[in-house]
Amino acid sequence: MIQAHTLPRLFAGATNKPLSLTEHERMFEPSGDVSNLLEELDASGLVGRGGAGFPTTRKVDLLRHQRGHKYVVVNGMEGEPAAHKDNRLLSTNPHLVLDGAEMLAQMIGASRIAICVARDNPTVVNHVERAIHERARRNLRGPGIDLHTPPWRYVAGEESALVHWLDDNESLPQYRPGRPHILRIGRGPTLVDNAETCANVGLIGRYGAQWFRSLGTSEHPGTAVVSVTGAVARPNVLEVNLGTPLTNILATAGADTSPQAVLLGGYGGAWLRGDQINTPYCNESLSEFKLSVGAGIIAVLPRQACGVAEAHRVVRWMAHESARQCGPCAFGLPALADDLLTVVRGGRDGVAAIARLQDRCGVIEGRGACRHPDGVVRFVRSSIEVFAHDIDDHLRGGPCAGARSNQRFLTVPALEHEEELIWE
Amino acid sequence: MGVIRRTGMFILQVNPILCDGFGHCAELAPELVHLDEWGYPIISQEPVPMADIGAYQSARYAERGCPRQALHVTKMSAPAPVSNVPLTRARPVSRERRTL
Ligand SMILES: Cc1cc2nc3c(=O)[nH]c(=O)nc-3n(C[C@H](O)[C@H](O)[C@H](O)COP(=O)(O)O)c2cc1C
Ligand code: SF4
Ligand code: SF4
Repeated sequence: MIQAHTLPRLFAGATNKPLSLTEHERMFEPSGDVSNLLEELDASGLVGRGGAGFPTTRKVDLLRHQRGHKYVVVNGMEGEPAAHKDNRLLSTNPHLVLDGAEMLAQMIGASRIAICVARDNPTVVNHVERAIHERARRNLRGPGIDLHTPPWRYVAGEESALVHWLDDNESLPQYRPGRPHILRIGRGPTLVDNAETCANVGLIGRYGAQWFRSLGTSEHPGTAVVSVTGAVARPNVLEVNLGTPLTNILATAGADTSPQAVLLGGYGGAWLRGDQINTPYCNESLSEFKLSVGAGIIAVLPRQACGVAEAHRVVRWMAHESARQCGPCAFGLPALADDLLTVVRGGRDGVAAIARLQDRCGVIEGRGACRHPDGVVRFVRSSIEVFAHDIDDHLRGGPCAGARSNQRFLTVPALEHEEELIWE
Repeated sequence: MGVIRRTGMFILQVNPILCDGFGHCAELAPELVHLDEWGYPIISQEPVPMADIGAYQSARYAERGCPRQALHVTKMSAPAPVSNVPLTRARPVSRERRTL
């Protein structure tokens, strides 16, 4: 059994190859204290680790009262380019994730589990495949588990896009007026949960809520798996106690000790200023800055970097990743990227571009079928606010040294027609 | 025809996936819809009282006149919008769905 106060939890017994079913069972021996899964999940206060941070018990409750042939979908798509957490989890202990998925299936009465991993990650796909076979050989009772491998795209991990893929082989988000909305595969009500969320359910089902809450904060209990990237000596995936000061997490990863800013959540997230990094890393503390843990990305931007140029690259890429189904997203996001480029170039056009950016953010927000554009808007607004000084310099004197240096810190996949050098 | 009591509120909602952005709705319901710079409708999501008969009729015109059937008038007694059947795949409204 894993001791309550020790880290790592989810990564307990990690080696450089996935734990086999036997190793996993030896490592995570059930305590036998859990009699009612639903009550324990409710008491655990677990919130989703996929980005939205929604209480898992509320989703389970909603699905539990539905009728029909139900599904549990494990979201291991890892859409964020800077994230590696779900891949790492599935390559370390896929059985813990699958255990959690089975418990969720039991709670809502689902008969099938679909685990989704992007096909662009053949090693992870292999690990998961092997784990499923191992379980099948053991002839464990329980719902059938299928592996699905949609192509990687940012929006492919959005829950309605994932369900659309499972339903119809198209990674396109669906229109869902009014919430809460029940996603369906065919007619079957479907629960979508992130892989890390499932792994935590696997722990709660073994050791109970009290054990789970012995790490983390009262509002945001447990641990979080974070991907630390950017200006970091040892970019890594770490399991951290929620509520740990961000400074400590950064120190563990060997990050720049006085960064300009830190991007939290992911590319639909927002920036924390460099002088605020002693904030505890958990949603209740971060919400003061209108931030959240999101998908666990911590991207460090050093002083010499140009925040506006970085923001432009991210937004350009996010615009490219739009599913282009909705006008405000398909046209609005490239317009935001163009405005940011104008700001990077600076001068009088830049002044107009800043005003336009603010307007356009207001126009775009909330008008897509999914929250992809809203994430971009949040990121743009935060960039304008946090890099206000940088922006002033650009508007007055053109691109700063950081922008001209062509040294970049955020991971952004290459676009086919990447912008050439922006200045001579 | 008896007396029609107009209580409650409504909102006009657009399915952005179906909408083609030709902006017909802005002509049919000018008091509810205006267009963004790309021609797509911006509709206030503040509930409008049903008693505003002009607005309600415009909303119905727009709903009927939208060439892509992307617009929907949702009536509500409670302030929260009611869940609709996903429009991408029309299915009969089941009893479960109405309880949401
Ligand atoms: C544009 C977009 C992309 C997303 N990509 C992912 C993803 O790659 N992986 C993931 O787990 N959740 C992703 N999400 C969040 C999911 O929609 C969903 O909230 C999550 O899988 C629910 O799981 P949770 O409750 O366990 O967090 C994305 C959301 C949006 C709006
Ligand atoms: S908002 Fe953007 S990403 Fe989401 S469905 Fe519409 S076009 Fe696709
Ligand atoms: S009339 Fe319909 S399709 Fe045309 S812009 Fe308005 S909502 Fe979109």
